Amino acid sequence: MGNGTSIGRVRGLGSAHSGAHHWIVQRVSAIGNLVLTAWFAVSLLLMPNFNYITVHDWIVSPVSAVALSLLIISVFWHVRLGMQVLIEDYLHEAGTKFVALAALNLVVFGAAFYGVFTIARLALGAA
Amino acid sequence: MAQGATGKKARPLSPHLSIWRWGPAMFTSIMHRVSGNGLAVVGLGALLCWLGTLAAGPEAYAKYAAFAVSPLGRIVFVGISWAYFNHLCSGLRHLLMDIGGGFEVKTNNMWSILTHVFGVLLTVAFWAILLLR
Repeated sequence: MGNGTSIGRVRGLGSAHSGAHHWIVQRVSAIGNLVLTAWFAVSLLLMPNFNYITVHDWIVSPVSAVALSLLIISVFWHVRLGMQVLIEDYLHEAGTKFVALAALNLVVFGAAFYGVFTIARLALGAA
Repeated sequence: MAQGATGKKARPLSPHLSIWRWGPAMFTSIMHRVSGNGLAVVGLGALLCWLGTLAAGPEAYAKYAAFAVSPLGRIVFVGISWAYFNHLCSGLRHLLMDIGGGFEVKTNNMWSILTHVFGVLLTVAFWAILLLR
């Protein structure tokens, strides 16, 4: 392992063992997002209006509730991976990076669970 | 810059972030990042507020709906829809490049520019259908 050029510094280290998985899941979740957000965009256009009753009736149907919950999971998963790359690219200090990534995990999981919970609450007739 | 300063075993991370020049591909790459992270914060924020106010009842939802049709709300939602369609188009370009397509300079520049054209056209079409239905 050399100290000069960039390639000299990585030679001999072997695989990082994690990059390919992140890359593939980013693509797989992108396909999920493509299908689910396209369905959501078309659903919005097909709604006669956005009144409370109209939207409520739409969201409590099993197909809408399930698809919207899946959308939340797929999109937040994609966001978790995408924002990780943003943090890794712009935060170079190990401590700051660790705190930012830990905070990202908490916010993404919390926000996604909030979304799925509100849909479940609506669909199961509690609101 | 990003050549890890945390010891001998640190791997160089994204070492070329500061080495670039403007061009269609660079612009598309930057806009993919901007629209994606913008969507993540503003778009998902709006989606969760929508769900939250729906679950909270008609009065809370009415406040959300009133904001959505206010001038500021219109700017926010047009912005979200543009970010969505832009990220969608540049994301499809990424998937195309992942299977090895579009690396010739001419083709790459053409798809980079078309990404933004389609992003704007889809946004206009979406709002035209929404407002004229």
